[in-house]
Amino acid sequence: MTRAAAVASGCIEASPATAIAVRDLAVRFDGDAGSVTALDGVGFEVPEAGFVTMLGPSGCGKSTLLRAVADLVPISAGSINVFGRTPEQARRARDFAFVFQDATLLPWRSVIDNVRLPLEVGRRGGAVEQHAEPEELLALVGLEGRADALPHELSGGMRQRVSIARALVCRPRVLLMDEPFGALDEINRDKLNEELLRIWQETGTTIMFVTHSVPEAAFLGQKCLVLSAQPGRVREYVDISFTSPRALGMRDTLEFVQVTAHLRSLLELPR
Amino acid sequence: MTTTEVGAKAVRPPAAAGETARAGRARARRRLRYAPAIGAGVGMVVVWHLIVTGFEIPTYIAPSPWQVLVVFANQGDILWINFLPTLLEAVCGFALGNTIAVLLAVWFVHSGVAERAFYPIAVFINTIPIIAIAPILVLMLGNGYEPKIVIAALICFFPTLVNMVRGLKAVSPQMLELMRVLSANDREVLFKIRLQSSLPFLFAALKIASTTCVIGAIVGEWIGSNYGLGSLIIEATYNFRAPLLYATVILGAGLAVAFFVITSLVERHVLKWKPGEVF
Repeated sequence: MTRAAAVASGCIEASPATAIAVRDLAVRFDGDAGSVTALDGVGFEVPEAGFVTMLGPSGCGKSTLLRAVADLVPISAGSINVFGRTPEQARRARDFAFVFQDATLLPWRSVIDNVRLPLEVGRRGGAVEQHAEPEELLALVGLEGRADALPHELSGGMRQRVSIARALVCRPRVLLMDEPFGALDEINRDKLNEELLRIWQETGTTIMFVTHSVPEAAFLGQKCLVLSAQPGRVREYVDISFTSPRALGMRDTLEFVQVTAHLRSLLELPR
Repeated sequence: MTTTEVGAKAVRPPAAAGETARAGRARARRRLRYAPAIGAGVGMVVVWHLIVTGFEIPTYIAPSPWQVLVVFANQGDILWINFLPTLLEAVCGFALGNTIAVLLAVWFVHSGVAERAFYPIAVFINTIPIIAIAPILVLMLGNGYEPKIVIAALICFFPTLVNMVRGLKAVSPQMLELMRVLSANDREVLFKIRLQSSLPFLFAALKIASTTCVIGAIVGEWIGSNYGLGSLIIEATYNFRAPLLYATVILGAGLAVAFFVITSLVERHVLKWKPGEVF
C-alpha cells in the first residue's frame, strides 16, 4: 500500500510525507574560464502533495535546481531524492513531469496528439500503464472542444494549458514547472495561476514552481524557497499561510501584502 | 475556457447572399493576381515575333513563335518519343539522389564521425562540374538510361544533403530536453521530432532538385545518346533545325516547371502547420 493510499484509508496518521529531499546539493559547471558554482550547499524538503515556489534574483540557480531534480543537469555534490529514488530512476519511472517556459508543443501535431506524446515514447520500462485520459485532461485545463486545433491556432495561454495537460497525462507524482507563465501577459497569468491551484487541489500532485514574480510565488506556494545568487544558496524557506482562501482578490489583503513585503525584503538583502 | 480566448473564434452567423458576393470578389482578385505574369509572358512572345519578322532574321538562326508552334503540331510524335526517356531519367534520378541524401543526412546527424569523414567528400564531389562527370559515368555505365539517372541523381543530391542535415539539427534544445525528461531514445527523437521538423528544409531542397534533375537528365543525354530531349537538342542544333530546337527547349523547361509545381503542391498538402513559428 502506498503511503497516500494508507493515509486515505486512515491506517496511518495524515502527516505529510517527504516527496523530494535535497541535501547539501552543489552544481558546478566546468567551462573554458574555469568552473562556475551555480548551487552550493542547498538543502530542503518538499512535502508530498505540497506546492513549493522558488524565488530568487536572476542567475541564482533556481532553474538549475529544478533541472537537477529533473535529471537534466548533473549533480556535483550532495544528493537529490525523489520519492526514494535518484533523479535518473525517477525520470525513468515517470515520477515527475516538466513544464517549460515555452509550451514546447510539436507544431505539426494537434492539441490532443501533443497531449498523447508522453504515452508514445520512452515506454521501455512499461512505465505508463496507468495514465489519464487525454480528453479529460483537456477539460481539466479548460480546452474542451479544441482537441483537433493545431498549436499555431492557439494563443500563448492556451498553448501553455496544452503543455500542462501533456505533463499530467502520465499522472506524475511531481510537477516541475520552470517559469511556465513567464511569457504570458498579466491577465492570462492571473487566470492560469488560479487554475493551477485548482488543478493542484484536484490532482494532489506535488508541485515545484520556479518564478521571478514575488506575488506569483506568494499566491501559489504553501512554502517559498528564497535563494541568493552567486553561488545559489538557500536564503530562507518561508512558510506561507493565509486565513482567507486563495483567490485573486486576496492579493489586495493586508496579510498577502505582508507576505510579499517579507519575500521582497529577503530578495533585497545584501549577500 | 476563458471568454477572452474564445471570443475571437466566435462562430459567425451565415449570411448567404453576402458570402457568395464576397467569394466572387475573392475569385476575381485571385484571377487578377496572375494577370501581370500572363500579360508579361504574352508581351514577350509578341516582342519576339516582332523582332524576328521586323529584322527578317533567317529561320535557322531564330524562328518565330509561330514556326515553333507549327513544330509542336507537325512533329509532335518526335518530341513525345524523346520526351518520355528524359521524363523517366529525371524522375528516377530525383528519387535516387534525394533518397540517398536523406539517408546520409540521418546518418550524419547520429554519427559525428561519419559526418566529419564523408561531408568533405560530398562537398568535393559537388565541386566537380557535372559536365565533367558525365563522360566518366558514360564510360562506366554505358549508353543506356543508367548514366543519365546517376547524373540527375548527383545534381539533386547535394542541396538535399545540406538542407536535410540542417533541418534534422534544427530542433530546439528545449524540445530535446522534453524528450529527455520523457526518457525517449534516439530513434523516437528521430521519428517523432527530427523528421517532421526537417520537412520545411527538405521541401526547400526538393524544389531546387525538381528543376535540376531535368537539367541533369538532359546533360547526360548530350554525351553519347541517340534518344531523349538532350540528344534531340544536339541533333537539331547540328542540322540547323532551329524551330525543333526551340520546341525541345520549351518542352524541357515545361517538364521542370511541372516537377516544381507538383513539389509545391505536395509541400502545401504536407506542411499544414506553420513552420518557422517558435513555441
